[in-house]
Amino acid sequence: MKRLINQAPSKMTNMFLGLLPFLLILVVYMGSSNARLAENPNDKLLPSIEKCIGSMSKMAFEKSKRSGDYILLNDTLSSLRRLAMGVCISALFALVIGIAIGVVPYLTSTLSPLIWFFSLIPTMAILPILFIVFGLGELSKVVLIILGVAPIMTREIYQRVKEIPSEQIIKVQTLGANTWQIITRVMIPQIFPRLIDAIRITLGTAWIFLISAEAIAATEGLGYRIFLVRRYLAMDVILPYVIWITFLAFLIDFILKQFNQRLFPWFGKE
Amino acid sequence: MNLVEAHNIWKSYGDTIVLEHVNFSMKDGEFCTLVGPSGCGKTTFLRMLLGIEVPSKGKLLFEGKDYPQEPSDERGIVFQRYSTLSHLNVIDNVIIGMEFEQSQLFGKLFGKAKKRVYEKAEEILCAVGLQDAKYQYPHELSGGMKQRLSIAQSLIKQPKLLLLDEPFGALDPGISIDMHELLLDIHAKLNFGVVMVTHDISEAFKLGTRVLVFDKVKTDKEYPNRFGSTIVNDIDSSKGRKNEK
Ligand SMILES: Nc1ncnc2c1ncn2[C@@H]1O[C@H](COP(=O)(O)OP(=O)(O)OP(=O)(O)O)[C@@H](O)[C@H]1O
Ligand SMILES: [Mg+2]
Repeated sequence: MKRLINQAPSKMTNMFLGLLPFLLILVVYMGSSNARLAENPNDKLLPSIEKCIGSMSKMAFEKSKRSGDYILLNDTLSSLRRLAMGVCISALFALVIGIAIGVVPYLTSTLSPLIWFFSLIPTMAILPILFIVFGLGELSKVVLIILGVAPIMTREIYQRVKEIPSEQIIKVQTLGANTWQIITRVMIPQIFPRLIDAIRITLGTAWIFLISAEAIAATEGLGYRIFLVRRYLAMDVILPYVIWITFLAFLIDFILKQFNQRLFPWFGKE
Repeated sequence: MNLVEAHNIWKSYGDTIVLEHVNFSMKDGEFCTLVGPSGCGKTTFLRMLLGIEVPSKGKLLFEGKDYPQEPSDERGIVFQRYSTLSHLNVIDNVIIGMEFEQSQLFGKLFGKAKKRVYEKAEEILCAVGLQDAKYQYPHELSGGMKQRLSIAQSLIKQPKLLLLDEPFGALDPGISIDMHELLLDIHAKLNFGVVMVTHDISEAFKLGTRVLVFDKVKTDKEYPNRFGSTIVNDIDSSKGRKNEK
């Protein structure tokens, strides 16, 4: 008998084992749900799967009576728009500032304590300030995401810039590169896939800030919807929404990962 | 005029004296190899020749003028590792030196200009034996091929002085013999100055027209850092060399 650490499952077993916990959760859920519904048909805590699907398809495929929109689509689009704006602006900021402070020692001295300070602020604590300064509109939600993730991303990029071997930087100088050319031809291309990775890492955090901001002040959005229907204990909407948000997060991560693998065949193999 | 001149150079880090009383001069076309015990300051000396380290005392001259304080395309370098750009394929690694020169703003050439530098790069790739690996990325190359590529990158700039810090230290013996042929070949053709650090004495004598031995003259058992190394031997080895014209 081989040691446990040397026994690897086959591909099929691997897939089965991966799905097993999900199946178990589903079975336990259905069992408990049925039990509770048998006791009290109006129970709201663990709605039946059929009920969840029914409520969700109403959200997805029927126009709302009040606004005439498809609610799920509308919520998803407005959440994704906020998320994309926050994350893209943060990424751009991180790329520019991270490389600048990584490359130019004078900027390191000036900016890195400031960014370090900002990355330590518990961002949710300044949400009231944002609402006061930027109002309750879109801007304060996007700014919250930016304040939450841009400092982390910037520090990450700065670290990655520092990891580029000094030999490479010296070598390109002996090939005649000036500072600007080093940035455009060496730093940016080498950092770009790492920026994508930094985005993947910080997306989870970005979602937290998005949903928190939407929960407090919004008129549409995935976070808004969940917190709205909470008042009616509408677990049949909340649960599918959570699964939908998780699926979106997975999808974005998957796309970014594929993007890196396709476009930068050298990345991670240096 | 001498390519490099060193007048009584010292180098210390804090209390540690690494090099002392180094006097040295070399002309175009000389191939100097540096040998000496580990930690005696060979790399430090090479870094001074590259311009990324300044002597603590003494005078160092490049072509009779004060030594440049940062790297430039007059002096090429090949490190033991990491001297190729991992995000570019072989031929783009070679042309990048020309791109830096011809496109100040973007450091990138397009169209006809790019075709022209590609032609030049292909010549050089043939010279270093990488013509079949043009479109591979550095991570797909063997150690020896990476070093060839690093040499090719520097060659396209036609440096006056090529510096090599144990370039073949990480290669198998059989491969380093190929690399010796390559270096002797291009040195005979281009006749620029070369300074190469090596751990291998036979390599030093095979390649160098001059072999410089670095070591400490005096030692102090209690304070090993009190004395630095210097050039204890400067051997003319041009006669034993194969490719000498
Ligand atoms: N930046 C530095 N700060 C302090 N000491 C240094 C620094 N760089 C080198 N030294 C010291 O200088 C001495 C010479 O180092 P150097 O790298 O030049 O040796 P070397 O001859 O190249 O050795 P090796 O053959 O092992 O590569 C060493 O004792 C090292 O500790
Ligand atoms: Mg060394």
